[in-house]
Amino acid sequence: MYPSQSAVRLTVQEAVHILKSSEDAGHLLSTLGALKPYLGGAEGTAFPGGKEEFATVHFSAFLRCLVSKLSPSWLELSPGGELEQLWESFFLEGPADQAFLVLMEAIEGTAGPSFRLMKMAQLLATFLSKGRMAALMEEHCQPQKKPGFPLLQETLLSKVVGLPDHLGNHLQQDNLTQFFPQNYFPLLGQEAVRALQAVVDFLRGGLDCSVFFVSQVLGRVCIQGRQKEILGVLVPQLTMLTQDSCLWQRVCWHLVEQVPDRAVEAVLTGLVEATPRPEVLSRLLGNLVVKNKKAQFVMTRKLLFLQYRYTTPMLQSLLGYLAMDSQRQPLLIQVLKELLETWGNSSAVRHTPLVQQRYISTAILICLAYLKESELQDIRDELLASMMAGVKCRLDSSLPPVRRLGMIVAEVISSKIHPEGPLKFQYEDDELSCEMLTLATPRLAGDCSSEAGGPSLAPVATERSEQTMDSSAPPAQPQGSDSELDSDDEFTPYDMSGDKELKSSKAPLYIRDCIEALTTSVDVEHWEAALQVLEGLIYRSPEATREVSVELAKVLLHLEEKTCVAGFQQLRQRALVAVTVKDPAQVAKYLTSQFYSLNYSLRQRMDILDVLTLAAQELSRPRHLQRPPQNSSPGSVTQYSPALAISQPGDAAAPDWRVVVEERIRSKTRRFSKGCPWQELSSSPNEFNSVAGYFFFPLLQHFDRPVVTFDLLGDDQLVLGRLTHTLGSLMYLAVNTTVAVPMGKALLEFVWALRFHVDTYVRRGLLSAVSSVFLSVPTECLLEDLPDELLEARSWLADVAEKDVDEDCRELAVRALLLLERFKDKLLPISSP
Amino acid sequence: MKGRHLPLMAAPLPPPPDPQFVLRGTQSPVNALHFCQASQAPGSPLLFSGSQSGLVHIWSLQTRRAVATLNGHGGQSVTWLQTLPQGHQLLSQGRDLQLCLWDIAEGRNTIMDSVQLENVGFCRGSILAGGQPRWMLAVPGKGSDEVQILEMPSKTSVCTLKPEADAKPGMPMCLGLWQANSSPRPLLLAGYEDGSVALWDILERKVCSRIACHEEPVMGLDFDSQKAKGVSGSAGKALAVWSLDGLQSLQMYSTHELTNPGIAEVAIRPDRKILATAGWDHRIRIFHWRTMKPLAVLTFHSSSVHCVAFAADGLLAAGSKDQRISLWSLYPCL
Repeated sequence: MYPSQSAVRLTVQEAVHILKSSEDAGHLLSTLGALKPYLGGAEGTAFPGGKEEFATVHFSAFLRCLVSKLSPSWLELSPGGELEQLWESFFLEGPADQAFLVLMEAIEGTAGPSFRLMKMAQLLATFLSKGRMAALMEEHCQPQKKPGFPLLQETLLSKVVGLPDHLGNHLQQDNLTQFFPQNYFPLLGQEAVRALQAVVDFLRGGLDCSVFFVSQVLGRVCIQGRQKEILGVLVPQLTMLTQDSCLWQRVCWHLVEQVPDRAVEAVLTGLVEATPRPEVLSRLLGNLVVKNKKAQFVMTRKLLFLQYRYTTPMLQSLLGYLAMDSQRQPLLIQVLKELLETWGNSSAVRHTPLVQQRYISTAILICLAYLKESELQDIRDELLASMMAGVKCRLDSSLPPVRRLGMIVAEVISSKIHPEGPLKFQYEDDELSCEMLTLATPRLAGDCSSEAGGPSLAPVATERSEQTMDSSAPPAQPQGSDSELDSDDEFTPYDMSGDKELKSSKAPLYIRDCIEALTTSVDVEHWEAALQVLEGLIYRSPEATREVSVELAKVLLHLEEKTCVAGFQQLRQRALVAVTVKDPAQVAKYLTSQFYSLNYSLRQRMDILDVLTLAAQELSRPRHLQRPPQNSSPGSVTQYSPALAISQPGDAAAPDWRVVVEERIRSKTRRFSKGCPWQELSSSPNEFNSVAGYFFFPLLQHFDRPVVTFDLLGDDQLVLGRLTHTLGSLMYLAVNTTVAVPMGKALLEFVWALRFHVDTYVRRGLLSAVSSVFLSVPTECLLEDLPDELLEARSWLADVAEKDVDEDCRELAVRALLLLERFKDKLLPISSP
Repeated sequence: MKGRHLPLMAAPLPPPPDPQFVLRGTQSPVNALHFCQASQAPGSPLLFSGSQSGLVHIWSLQTRRAVATLNGHGGQSVTWLQTLPQGHQLLSQGRDLQLCLWDIAEGRNTIMDSVQLENVGFCRGSILAGGQPRWMLAVPGKGSDEVQILEMPSKTSVCTLKPEADAKPGMPMCLGLWQANSSPRPLLLAGYEDGSVALWDILERKVCSRIACHEEPVMGLDFDSQKAKGVSGSAGKALAVWSLDGLQSLQMYSTHELTNPGIAEVAIRPDRKILATAGWDHRIRIFHWRTMKPLAVLTFHSSSVHCVAFAADGLLAAGSKDQRISLWSLYPCL
């Protein structure tokens, strides 16, 4: 071989010499043509050994020489672009890795916008479009003849992966679209598939191959955060290819196994995101989680416990993957145990955001759907223990979504481990619960049942509708012709909403009779009727009400639901509010004194708070907006919710007919001139002004003194939350009253004492209370009387806005901070001159 | 079906209607109502009302005043009123066990004849009268579960319809005599205390068919002989619609749940388009007769509605325990 080797060297040397010196096109063409056979693509060459030597030893140097000759004048030596074509073919047909490196090196080495730089870039683009990247990867998948160019491979990798960055930096504005990351990485994915295809072909042919290089490329791209681009192309193709080929599956497994450790997380999250179904994930990953510690950590801990941004289908695909193989099944059980442990942890319930709790709950439900009852039997006790702990602390929570989450998960778990007598909670179905409950039904079985259930359900439904709706056309019409079918349908029904159950009993006409009926009556209907007319009676006869106000409040406060009256709570509440509005000082004094006394249920205490807020709202509302004494339709009654008092200060909607009439007048009236619509607002004193103190201060007095049955700072934090909301509402409603300043001061002190309360609901109440202080107390008074409190509050709010786990708390804090900022704006125009 | 209902569904439903006018002055709960047929009193439509105090008032619907008062039941409640097609004669049934036949032609108001009844129940009678001078009358009979059929005006007893010994349907509560167009056989529909409705073949004196429609006693029924379909209301919450097939057997057609229990009377409008019920819950309900779609709930009365009646021109009258008679004009006849 020696002679031929030297022959190659001689030829190359000579060619280089001619390239450097000659200006004659024919000579150049023939010289380059002579070297062409040494390239891989040409056929019929006599020197296999020579080819190899050329490729390994001389190729890079020769390409560099070619690059150096590149200039417009040189290319124009041969008209018709013959020379240029030949020149390009050396880059496109020779060994891809060397050509790529030389190209990249040349581009990086060429300064500024120039002919040569653009030419090289275009050449690189052609290189990419001709599929040379696949050739490059393919070369590195074949068994290396020369052991060890780790350095070369490293450089190559960083150039392949960093191509968009390099070119972006060098070409600046002249960058070609092919090199944009959003275009380049999908292309790279495509090329990787082709390289893998080649690997599979080699393996079929019995050759040994390794996908190490492709794994490295994949890993690095994913680390760069380009999972979507590359996997978006790679995954669908691999999904198809692995469908019925074991060989492809094995190649895929190797591909993910050989991803470097530091890239495992990036690749796996990308894969989980891009893979729609667990069986696909299983085909692509194999038993990776069992073999690779890092992968196991990512899949079973990081994605589930440390992050919570993934969607439900992703969770399903991830957990489904764990469930699909008997080797991975223990991991799923382990995961379920850990999930439940976290779920049952009371500190986690208090300190993790709701979104994460929902995420964990969803994961638990999915796990349960994938596990069979027999598999759950072994860990039944553990499940039960964690479930009980979790349910307990969730039901204790003052946030309804948390409680509901607890109920849903507990129902599902108990139906799994005690199919004979599962737990059943009462909650209204909403979107969330439906979604979560559908998760809990096993997917495979679910598909079958929905298919089997569909047709069987549908006919029943249609049958029924035929019976009820379509009795007009009975199958066998005995006699008579229905020629008037059409005209009959014109009958428009009238409004029948007033068709309610009839109450026959006679309603009392006087308040004292009502009290008597409510306290002593054994006649249930009489009692109900009394309750129903009470609010109207109170508004109609304020004098009589004042005589018995406290007694009436006492009766109502202790009233229990004897029968199943529709809207009992609302009726009672509205009557209490009415009596409070008609005699505010006395009744408020009574109610606030009862709030901290013994022998009341939490329900009653919260009722007191609600009534105080609603009554304050009613009193502070200008008189012409006060609502009519009795709402004619009981359907429109809404039970008080703490937010209502703030969000709707007064919207007694004008009756419909008035709107209609006004509209009609407007359309029929011709006006010669049109001024602004002008409406006189009657002014009236704020009735809350004189009595706000009765409502507010007694509530603040004893909150830190627990009594036997009532411990606000201990277990009864739900009431504390209500109390804070109520105080905030009262503060807000006391706007423009003289007592607002001392109220604000007292409220800020109260808030300060409780600011680190663990319960979210309480904190929300505190934050809204602070906001209402800022809104209600005049700015000057705040700055004069409470400067220190303001500063303290401000730092606390800033802290909450940044660190609180609850989203609503953060938002409320930000709002309060904004209000504070507004003070600054108000002050600046005064202080600036 | 043609999407015609869609715009209607989108618009809010019209508010329930008010009565066209109200007749006051009976000074006693109104138990029975009957419109004088238009052919008998052209130009001056009349309404008869029977009250609990035993008086029958004759109202002019033109002047809306009582034109005459008939006192023939000795202060006992009048339960049923009916005019005969051929002449100016009015039948009134009272709780004094008298069935009076009044001559009311040309402003007269004398009792022409009376029939002694033998049963003190609440069951109203029924007549079957064509154009002939002879007509048939069904009234509750002597035995508590019997119905007596009389030929009038001769007052000869044709037969007594007594249920079989093991049937035990209780008292008859309401009756309806009718005759199919195709056959001369008179038939009787009777609603019984046990909630069943039976179809009697009078000539053969046997029950053709009997179905249990209600849990509670049947209070009123009406039959549409053209569609061979009938409706019955009871003291319970349900309204039952049943039909008669060619073999003269009754079939349950459908039932309709009401908000409150108790129907005192049901009436199908003569043009067979709508159906009205008199409710113990003070309300009159209107249904579409063919589809039984609820159309309206009329609230005006402050006490139980005892009776409803339709005039030939579609006017609806309802009499109530609150001593008022309300008249309604809904869904005009075409």
